[in-house]
Amino acid sequence: MNQANEPRISMRGITKVFPGVRALEDVSFTLAPGEIHALMGENGAGKSTLVKVLTGVYQPDAGTIELDGQPVEFASPVEAQAAGINTVYQEVNLVPTLSVAENLMIQRQASFRGLINWRRTRELARKALQRLNLDIDVGRSLGSYSLAIQQMVAIARALDRETKVLVLDEPTASLDAKEVEALFTVLRDIKKQGIAIVFITHFLDQVYAISDRVTVLRNGRFVGTGPIAEVPRMKLVTMMLGRQVSGQTSDHPPVDSIKTDGAPLFEAKDVGRSRYLNPIDFTLRTGEVVGLAGLLGSGRTETSKLVFGAVKADSGQIRLDGKPVTLRSPAHAIRCGLGFCPEDRKHEGLILDLTVRENIILALQSKRGWLHRVGEAEQNRLASEMIAALGIATPDAEKRVGQLSGGNQQKVILARWLVSEPRMLILDEPTRGIDIGAHAEIVALIRKLCREGLALLVASSELEEIVAFSHRVLVMRDRSKVKEIVGDDITQSAIVEAIANS
Amino acid sequence: MRERRLPILATIAVFILLYALGGFYFGSNFLSTRVLGNLLTDNAFIIIAGIGMSFVILSGGIDLSVGSMIGFVGIATASLVQHGMHPLMAVGILLVFGFLLGAAIGFIIDAFEIQPFIVTLTAMFMLRGLCYVISIDSVPINHPFMEAFQDFRIPLPGKGWLSAEACIMLVCMAFALVIAHLTRFGANVYAVGGDMTSALLLGVPVRRTIVLIYALNGVFGVLAGATYAFYTASGYPLAATGTELDAIASVVIGGTLLTGGVGLVIGALFGGVIQGLIQTLIIFDGSLDSWWIRIVIGGLLFLFIVLQKGIMRSVSALSQAEG
Amino acid sequence: MSDINLKKVGAAAEKRALPAAVWPLVALAVILIIDVIISPSFFSIRVVEGRLYGSLVDILYRGTPPALIAMGMAIVIGSRGIDLSVGSVVAMSGAVMAALIHGDLSPVIIVFGTLGMGLICGLWNGTLVAVLGIQPIIATLILMVSGRGIALMINGGRIPTFRSEFFEFVSTGSIWVIPTRLFLVAFVLLVLWLLLRKTAFGLFVESVGSNTQAARLSGIGTRVVTLSAYGIVGMCAALAGMVITGDTRSSDAVYAGVDSELDAILAVVLGGGSLNGGRIYLGTTLIGVLIIQALTTSILMSGLPPEYNKLVKAIVILVVLLLQAPKFRTAVTALFRTGKGKAKS
Repeated sequence: MNQANEPRISMRGITKVFPGVRALEDVSFTLAPGEIHALMGENGAGKSTLVKVLTGVYQPDAGTIELDGQPVEFASPVEAQAAGINTVYQEVNLVPTLSVAENLMIQRQASFRGLINWRRTRELARKALQRLNLDIDVGRSLGSYSLAIQQMVAIARALDRETKVLVLDEPTASLDAKEVEALFTVLRDIKKQGIAIVFITHFLDQVYAISDRVTVLRNGRFVGTGPIAEVPRMKLVTMMLGRQVSGQTSDHPPVDSIKTDGAPLFEAKDVGRSRYLNPIDFTLRTGEVVGLAGLLGSGRTETSKLVFGAVKADSGQIRLDGKPVTLRSPAHAIRCGLGFCPEDRKHEGLILDLTVRENIILALQSKRGWLHRVGEAEQNRLASEMIAALGIATPDAEKRVGQLSGGNQQKVILARWLVSEPRMLILDEPTRGIDIGAHAEIVALIRKLCREGLALLVASSELEEIVAFSHRVLVMRDRSKVKEIVGDDITQSAIVEAIANS
Repeated sequence: MRERRLPILATIAVFILLYALGGFYFGSNFLSTRVLGNLLTDNAFIIIAGIGMSFVILSGGIDLSVGSMIGFVGIATASLVQHGMHPLMAVGILLVFGFLLGAAIGFIIDAFEIQPFIVTLTAMFMLRGLCYVISIDSVPINHPFMEAFQDFRIPLPGKGWLSAEACIMLVCMAFALVIAHLTRFGANVYAVGGDMTSALLLGVPVRRTIVLIYALNGVFGVLAGATYAFYTASGYPLAATGTELDAIASVVIGGTLLTGGVGLVIGALFGGVIQGLIQTLIIFDGSLDSWWIRIVIGGLLFLFIVLQKGIMRSVSALSQAEG
Repeated sequence: MSDINLKKVGAAAEKRALPAAVWPLVALAVILIIDVIISPSFFSIRVVEGRLYGSLVDILYRGTPPALIAMGMAIVIGSRGIDLSVGSVVAMSGAVMAALIHGDLSPVIIVFGTLGMGLICGLWNGTLVAVLGIQPIIATLILMVSGRGIALMINGGRIPTFRSEFFEFVSTGSIWVIPTRLFLVAFVLLVLWLLLRKTAFGLFVESVGSNTQAARLSGIGTRVVTLSAYGIVGMCAALAGMVITGDTRSSDAVYAGVDSELDAILAVVLGGGSLNGGRIYLGTTLIGVLIIQALTTSILMSGLPPEYNKLVKAIVILVVLLLQAPKFRTAVTALFRTGKGKAKS
């Protein structure tokens, strides 16, 4: 009887350390049966790490997990699944080349004397899908269906066995409104069966539409938890993005660095790409910092990539110095004087096999072309200058960049672009995944670069930082610019308000 | 539409086209069951090798050692028979060897994460080296069993017949079809080839599956070798050099995706027969020189690879458009 | 705290990195020492008819065609690719060379024609990989299968023989007492080294091989870089074809350069190149070639029948591959540790 009050899952004091990063520190999390619990936070907040600890992908360095009051330890996802904890990931972890039925029934096919009875297996698969009111051809390959259906199949697979806890990792990221509604109907239904659901998302509306409670993480720490009715939007956004809003405006960057005469350095008019980013307008002058604020998935990264030509825009116009240009490729953008530090350092930024020196001169080299090699002496000079100027902690420039810590890797990428002498620099989450101490350094660096006459477009999920360095802030929501805040109006509360109001 | 079936349909279309072409140019002689029977006989060993290769490629791997395996089995059988062993006994011993070697290859690939092509390349060298160690000359297989083997015929309507080689191949194919499509192991092969990480998360025993795939491939390699040895009634250390490419080509032309996960084992039969058909057509013609065989097969390989690429792209575009 | 740890990790990695460059040399030295023990006259070099002779010279001499191919292969592998078609390219360029010699053209045109054949083959492979996005193993398989057919076609189905003073000089002649073909290797090494290290091409190839996406975002034209890498290996194979064909004074479409793709890949791997791309080691690749060639020579000398050559080679590759695999190392270290622990307790 009192089972309803007893938590299904209780995680206490969970700590997980990776080389160079404290991914989780003393995080607690409880989950009641029959509740939908939203887990929120920006990239790097520790949501996925927490979920991976819960589902046995990682083992915690400290802390305990209890399932129905019993302490448990999962050495692998298979063990967690056996205990009734199932996960549906955003990048659906099924095999796209197999048919829907095969995906649903793998290792559990109906068989007779070792031979599979496919007709019966398909029937079982159809039944499993019917529980979610999904009637599709189970013989077709999974990959030929939309992501929404693939996700439904993954949920059906999870529910088709003994399930106590269902973890949904960003299930709605690529679904449209109708599909989300269908998913929610299913979730409400599952909830009634007493299954506890962990729902990870970055869409505020959805959190308020479906969840019972919410827990927020930030930078690997527990920020707060509570029934959703008691957490208003403003508070939730503040919990995710920064400290308690102080409203202070004294720490704004000086505006005298901005060059106001003549055409702006960069001008975007209706620049967008269908299904990627709604058309956006903004201008950027020499010596100015424009901040891109918004929650995860709001279009921050998308804006950065379109501006740099890493993803081609299919509408709108870009003007450099008042002259229209079409950025065909990153190489072209670099020749036009742009630079771009991507958010995903490991996959899009660093060349791990190369040394610090080689990583630093790479953009300058590609700007000059392969025939005009940056000379040995110049390479060494540039590398040691940058190591000194940015305070990159490395014994020497010949170290492989993969061996540096996150903050120093970030500085190496910054150095790569500074060396290429750009006129405009796009930074996507420059403080992501680096030590808190290094945050201040990067912020100071951004302000210094802007004083030196660089134009900067900086996307960040750290409100405090955005406020500290921006002359102008573009607030993004649902892949559109919803507000532009200028000068002294830039406060954390103004940004939070713009994000939360919908 | 089951877009996964498209490549095999293209394969069958190519087969029919080539066959019709032969019939058109060379008349009813070409369409006789005798030509068909000969096609199956002459290409039996390539198709058997292609069956094992199908499993390997479906799992996302590749095997470069099967040509050497065929050569090795031939020379080993011949040598064992020379020392007084019954040919079938010799093949039995070699089957165990093939299974164990394949299992070892599979284990090294999965446990130490070394790319399949380089591991099987090593096996290729090793087996060819062993051929030379056994004998550097051609060794004939003289045994009463050989005569029985070569006299074996199942008559077909028309003037043709099925030889022992063709029968072995067809039995192998039937066996392989059951494994691929009616057992959990078969389903796991497709899962591993489609997405190994996901397969692991779905609870597929990946290590065991991969070890078994290569072990099975070893067994089919030995069977292909035995078929070839009985077909030529001899063993020769340089025999079947480059056959691994023919086997891979059979699988690809048979509609199996080299990236793994998609394809049908039956495709190896069509792929092998198509290659044989090209050969027969060019020889029948008489005015075309033999090198056209390799060029045409290469061209066909190219067409199928590009076709597969196109299909994969359109499928992913489709799911994105819907998503 | 974490920084200190990182430094420790770094130091350990550097300690490991040093032997990685030394390993191939050690292996070569071991083989040569064994050779001396077997045959004390191994190191003797004498001049006969104005040319150097001796086992060491023989190793260098025979190692020329694989060395030429392996240097190109090192670049392609550095770009995270592979080229299985080099053997067929050897045959095709040899066929083109024979045909051009029969056309009584000047050697310069013949050289350019032969190199052109190699370049075309390389660009074909490169297009499949860089433009169509086909996996390198598969893309180059196509030419591997059909290349020898094309060579046969150029040869008209025969094995054309020829006399050409120039190409005999290149392949089997000597300058002063040193075989000409060694100068060819030195020349190609110099050209490639200049291209890789004195222009930014090497850096670009390594960037593409290590992280294509990051390389593109840094402004590198990744397609052109990949295409060039395959073009280069094609020309290297054509040069090897020139030496092999000049040696036999005939173009054998079926057997010219058989297995050379395997030897080349093996040499790169022995030289410390990773099949996952990222670094180009021209020097150690050449040492890898010498290891393979020395091994062959030693087997011949040791009295073992030459048939053992492939077997021994295979075992050596297997050992090297296992030693290079991180998973194998950890497994062995773990085994060693538990063994030690058990011995203690």
